[in-house]
Amino acid sequence: MSEAGRSGVKTDTRVDDSPPSKKAQDRAGGRKSPNRLLFLLAVLLPPRFTPESVRYDRRYRTLDKYRFIAGFLSLPLAFYALFVISPFIQAIYYSFTDWSGGPVANFIGFDNFTKMWNDERFWDSLEVSVTLAIVAPLITLVLGMFFAYMITSGGRHRKGRAIAGVAGSSFYKVVYFFPQVLSVAIIAVVWGRVFNTNSGLINGGLDKLGIDGPAWLGGDRGLALIAVMAVLSWSFVGFYVVLFSAAMGAIPKDIYEAALLDGAGRGRTFFSVTLPLIFDTVRTGWIYMGIQALDSFAIVLVMVPEHVLKVTPVFLYERFRDGQYGYATSIGVVLLVLSMAFSLIVMRIGNRDRIEY
Amino acid sequence: MTTTTAPRTDSADAPRREADSAGGATLNVFSHAFLVLWVVLAAGPLVWVALTALRPSVEILSDPMGWPTSFHWENFTHAWTTANIGQYAINSLIILAGSLTGTMLLGSMAAYVIARFTFPGNRLIFMLFAGGMMFPVILALVPLFAVMENFGLLDTRPGLMIAYIAYSLPFTVFFLTSFFRTLPTGVQEAAMVDGASHTRTFFQIMLPMAKPGLVSIGIFNFLGQWNQYLLPLLLNNEEESRYVLPQGLASLAVSQGYRGDWGALFAGLTIAMLPVLVVYAVFQRQVQAGLTAGALK
Repeated sequence: MSEAGRSGVKTDTRVDDSPPSKKAQDRAGGRKSPNRLLFLLAVLLPPRFTPESVRYDRRYRTLDKYRFIAGFLSLPLAFYALFVISPFIQAIYYSFTDWSGGPVANFIGFDNFTKMWNDERFWDSLEVSVTLAIVAPLITLVLGMFFAYMITSGGRHRKGRAIAGVAGSSFYKVVYFFPQVLSVAIIAVVWGRVFNTNSGLINGGLDKLGIDGPAWLGGDRGLALIAVMAVLSWSFVGFYVVLFSAAMGAIPKDIYEAALLDGAGRGRTFFSVTLPLIFDTVRTGWIYMGIQALDSFAIVLVMVPEHVLKVTPVFLYERFRDGQYGYATSIGVVLLVLSMAFSLIVMRIGNRDRIEY
Repeated sequence: MTTTTAPRTDSADAPRREADSAGGATLNVFSHAFLVLWVVLAAGPLVWVALTALRPSVEILSDPMGWPTSFHWENFTHAWTTANIGQYAINSLIILAGSLTGTMLLGSMAAYVIARFTFPGNRLIFMLFAGGMMFPVILALVPLFAVMENFGLLDTRPGLMIAYIAYSLPFTVFFLTSFFRTLPTGVQEAAMVDGASHTRTFFQIMLPMAKPGLVSIGIFNFLGQWNQYLLPLLLNNEEESRYVLPQGLASLAVSQGYRGDWGALFAGLTIAMLPVLVVYAVFQRQVQAGLTAGALK
């Protein structure tokens, strides 16, 4: 309050004596400029101690601007450069060395990559990661689109409109989104219990039906892969329901009315109207989900026992724990190349003219 | 001309319309059935955890599907004290207090300067921040560990906070830059003409105006940092008493197995999930908007 009051007072006085101050500026411009020492002083001192003769000089304005820019940018940029950019650049450099954590890192060319090429454990982990990156987006996006379409158009005949949401659409979206606000580590612990062989929710349910449930995470790679895929899709379906229903909601109603008049059923409307119109969002979502699947680390590390199944990021983490730093970073570089390749391929697949509406 | 409003009016083709809406009704039942099924699938495991948290450990092992017969609140006290969930929650809060404040302050400062001032290198700095979103954190994992060790920040609270801030900056700066660009320039100029310094204009004029954007990105960062697992696993793995909540629960899942105290694990999970879900339920619109904005970068 007092701050605002003071500034108000200041404003008034400044407005009052604005003609003199303008004169002062002219004087400063026409006469000799204030000396350099004063400028230097003005830059170092807080703004309120800036001498009058310097304050209205045009060069001081510029100086003041750059001082402000430098002051505001230096700390964020320093943090970012030191702890984000520099590790990324170092990672690429170290991937060509035999670094093991100490001060010595010898350049060894592509040795890490040839080692990876011949490392069966790497290929095993990559097989899982690539399967996840291909299948998980498919399941997740199809389910997300299905539920989003149900939510945005399920009430079509109820209200006698061409398009209408189901009753309680926001409730569905809220519940579906639950997994997105939880930590992946917690999700992994919860699902680890759900998939537990003897005391898990799934096998407990199967037991009630008289079926002896399998050991989901107990040793079989295929079953563990299904479990990881299920958890990954489970945690992202809600995200895509929200994303896609927002995109679907942006489609004008008259397009749906026209489709209805032409006799299009719900399925036809979806494939001929809705899907093409939200295609950009779907493609973005596809890339995002593929990268999420390729990078999935915590779910596998926490939920799946290490002898059963590994994804490439977990393999990388284990090499880091072994002290094979150079080798670990080279695996990271391969992951980066893979995720970039994945994005490029998906962009190519869906490259088409954008429909404006 | 009536055809344009045909779906809305009851006209001559009433029988056809009736059949149509009957089909629609069945479809509606179907779509609701599917939608409800996913409600059960999405919330089921979480509800199961909360219910099981009230049952004694012995019963959980023999019958995982059972209902709680009597309420065993001691699971919660065990989780809070013996299983250290209380300590982990406090650690998480301390880290978050520093990291979220730092992220919002530094992020909005950088974004404001990038969005509202022209200077050489402006575009480059923006691209530098925005580009950081494309790289998987796992790539920086090993060098980051070494950098933190060299600065003496490994296994320290300030170190973890700084790491959270640094890795939250790309999206925060990207998001807030576009937000600051949408704000009117007139107010900023008026403040400057009135003699307010750049710093004062920022804190007293521009930040309050940017509040909607700050709330969205604040919620995004709150959830992202509260739920962070990879960075604490890498940088805060030395002392168990310093673990943050997700880390603590992951290690609890292993150790409680040895102790056979499953009740405490389920109670711990409930304690960890409930506050976040409540906060989400209150701010659902902003949370959904904030988190989905992340995908459309």
